[in-house]
Amino acid sequence: MKRRLLALAADLALILYFVFALFPVAWMVILSLKPTNELFSTYFSFTPTLDSYRTVLGAGDDQGVPFLRFFVNSLVVSLGAVALSLVIGLPAAYAAARWRFRGSENLMFTLLSFRFAPELTVIIPLFVLYQQLGLFDTYVGMVWVLQLVTLPLIVWIMRSYFSDLSPELEQAALLDGYTRKQAFFKVALPLVKPGIAAVSLLAFIFAWNNFVFPLILTSSNAQTVTVGALSFLGGDRPKYNLTAAAALVSVIPPLLLALTIQRYLVRGLSFGAVKS
Amino acid sequence: MPGRAAPVLEADHGAASGTGAGKRAVRAVPAWRRSLRPYLLIAPALLLTGGILYPFGLGLYYTVFDFAASKPQPDLVGVENYRRIFTQPAFWDSARVTVAYAVGAAAVETVLGVAVALLLHRSSRVGRVLEKILILPLMIAPVIAAIMWKLMLQPSVGVINHLLEPFGLGGVQWTDTPTGALLSSIAVDVWVYTPFVAILALAGLRSLPASPFEAAAVDGAGWWFTFRRLTLPMLWPYVLVAVIFRFMDSLKVFDIIYALTEGGPGDSTMVLQIRAYLEAIRFQRYSFGISYMIVLWAVVYLVTMVLVRYLGRIQNRAAEVER
Repeated sequence: MKRRLLALAADLALILYFVFALFPVAWMVILSLKPTNELFSTYFSFTPTLDSYRTVLGAGDDQGVPFLRFFVNSLVVSLGAVALSLVIGLPAAYAAARWRFRGSENLMFTLLSFRFAPELTVIIPLFVLYQQLGLFDTYVGMVWVLQLVTLPLIVWIMRSYFSDLSPELEQAALLDGYTRKQAFFKVALPLVKPGIAAVSLLAFIFAWNNFVFPLILTSSNAQTVTVGALSFLGGDRPKYNLTAAAALVSVIPPLLLALTIQRYLVRGLSFGAVKS
Repeated sequence: MPGRAAPVLEADHGAASGTGAGKRAVRAVPAWRRSLRPYLLIAPALLLTGGILYPFGLGLYYTVFDFAASKPQPDLVGVENYRRIFTQPAFWDSARVTVAYAVGAAAVETVLGVAVALLLHRSSRVGRVLEKILILPLMIAPVIAAIMWKLMLQPSVGVINHLLEPFGLGGVQWTDTPTGALLSSIAVDVWVYTPFVAILALAGLRSLPASPFEAAAVDGAGWWFTFRRLTLPMLWPYVLVAVIFRFMDSLKVFDIIYALTEGGPGDSTMVLQIRAYLEAIRFQRYSFGISYMIVLWAVVYLVTMVLVRYLGRIQNRAAEVER
C-alpha cells in the first residue's frame, strides 16, 4: 500500500515537471492561433485562426518583417556550416582517433576550448573584419563563423565513434591492397554512418539555434530566424500572436529532427559532454 | 609514444614487402611522410578554427587602445581600459549579478535534473512515455525560449498571472522588479537546460554497477540510506560534468537575458556579456567592451581549469573505488 502510494507520488512529481517543460510550447500554439482582437480578452476560449501564420510567413506584418526569408537563410547557413564542418572535421576526427602524435591531445583540447570562450570576445573584432572584407551580412560570413560552433562538436563526437571502431578492419583492407584513402572511404566511413547522421543533425540544431553570431554579423540579407523572431516583439503595439507564431515556426526544424533521432541525440549530447 | 605514429595502422608499409603482390602494387611510403599524415588530416580543421585566433588576437590588441566611434584618432592607452573596468562599481555589480545567475541556475538545474533522472530511472510506464520528450526544451533556441517566457510573464496579459489569479496572486510584476527579473531569467535557464543535466544523470544512473545496490537491498537498507551512501557518491562524477558545463555556460549567458530583460530593470540583470554588448555595440566603445569580454574570458578559463582539475581527482578516486 505504502509502496503504491510512493510510486504514485513519483509519477505525479514527474508529470508536474513535464507540465512545466511542455506548457510554454503548448501555450505558444494557443497564442499563435488567437485572432488579434481576442488577444487580450478571454484566455482559453476563442475562434482559432491561422492568420498569424499567414502574416508571419507571407509578406510580414505592417513593419514588413520578411520572416520566410530569415527561415531560408537559417536553412542555408546551418546546412552550409554542417557540410563544411563534415568535410573538414571527419578527417581530423579520424586522425585523432587513429594516430597518437606529438601534441595530439593539446591540439584536440585547443579545438574544444573554443567552446568555452564567450562568443562576444571574438565577435567584435570579427564585426570590424567582416566590414572590411565585405563578409558582413553574407552567407559566406555566416557559414564561416557558424562552423566555430559545429566543427568542434563534429570532431569530438566523431572521434569517439572512430575510436570505438576496431582498427583491424582497416588493417585487413590495407592487406587486401586498399590504399589508406580507400580504407577510410570504403571501410571506416560506412561503418560510422549512423554516427555521422546523428552528429550532423545535432550540429545543425546548434547552428540553427545560434543567436549571437547572426545578431551582430548580419543585418537583413543573411539574418536568421532566431534574430528575426525578436523583430515581432518590437514596435509600439505588442503582437503576441505573431511573436508566438514566429517562435513556433522557428523551432519546427530542430524539434522535428530531435523527435526523429531522439535516441542518437542523447548519445551525442552525453558524448559531447562526458568524453571531453 | 608521442612524436611517432602509432603502429596499428602502418600495415600498408609492411604489406608492400610481399603479400601485396597480385593485388594493387603498394608503394612504400617514406617514414617522414607517414608521420606527417595525421597532421595533414587535422590541418584544415585547425586552420579553420585557428582562424578564430586572429580575431581574438586582434581583440586583445584593440584593448590597449581607446577605439570608439566617438574617437576618430585612437590613442595607445595601455592597460587603462582594464584599470577603468576594475575601478568601476558597474563592473563589480555585473560580476555579482553574473555569479548569482550562474550559481542559481546551475544549482537549481542540478537538483531538479538529478531528481527528474532518479524518477525516470524508476522506469514506470508514465516515465517511459515522458522520457521520450525530455529532450524537447533543449532543442529550442534559448533566445526563442526567452521570448516564449516573456509572453507568458507579461504582468497584465500573461498567462502565468492569469493562472495565479484564483490564488490571489495575480498582477505579479515578474520581469519589472530587480529580484523578479533575476529569478525569471534563472527560471528560463532552468527550463531550457534542466533536461541536459537530467540526460547526463540518467546516462550515469544506467551505467552504475548493479551489485552494490543488490547487496544493500539484501541488507535491508532503506531508500534514503541507499541514495545517500551509494547512488549519490557513485553518480557524482557524472553529475559534476553536467554542473561544470552548466556553470561555465551560465557565466557567459547572453541570449536569454537579451531577449527577456536586456539587463534591466535598472542594472538588476546586467550580466557581464550584456554589459559588454551594450558598451561595444550600442555605445560603440569598442575597446572598452572587448576589455570586458577579455576579463570574462579569463575568469571562465580559470574557473574551468579549477573545476576540471577537481573533476579529474573525483574521477580517479571513483576509478580506484571500482577497482
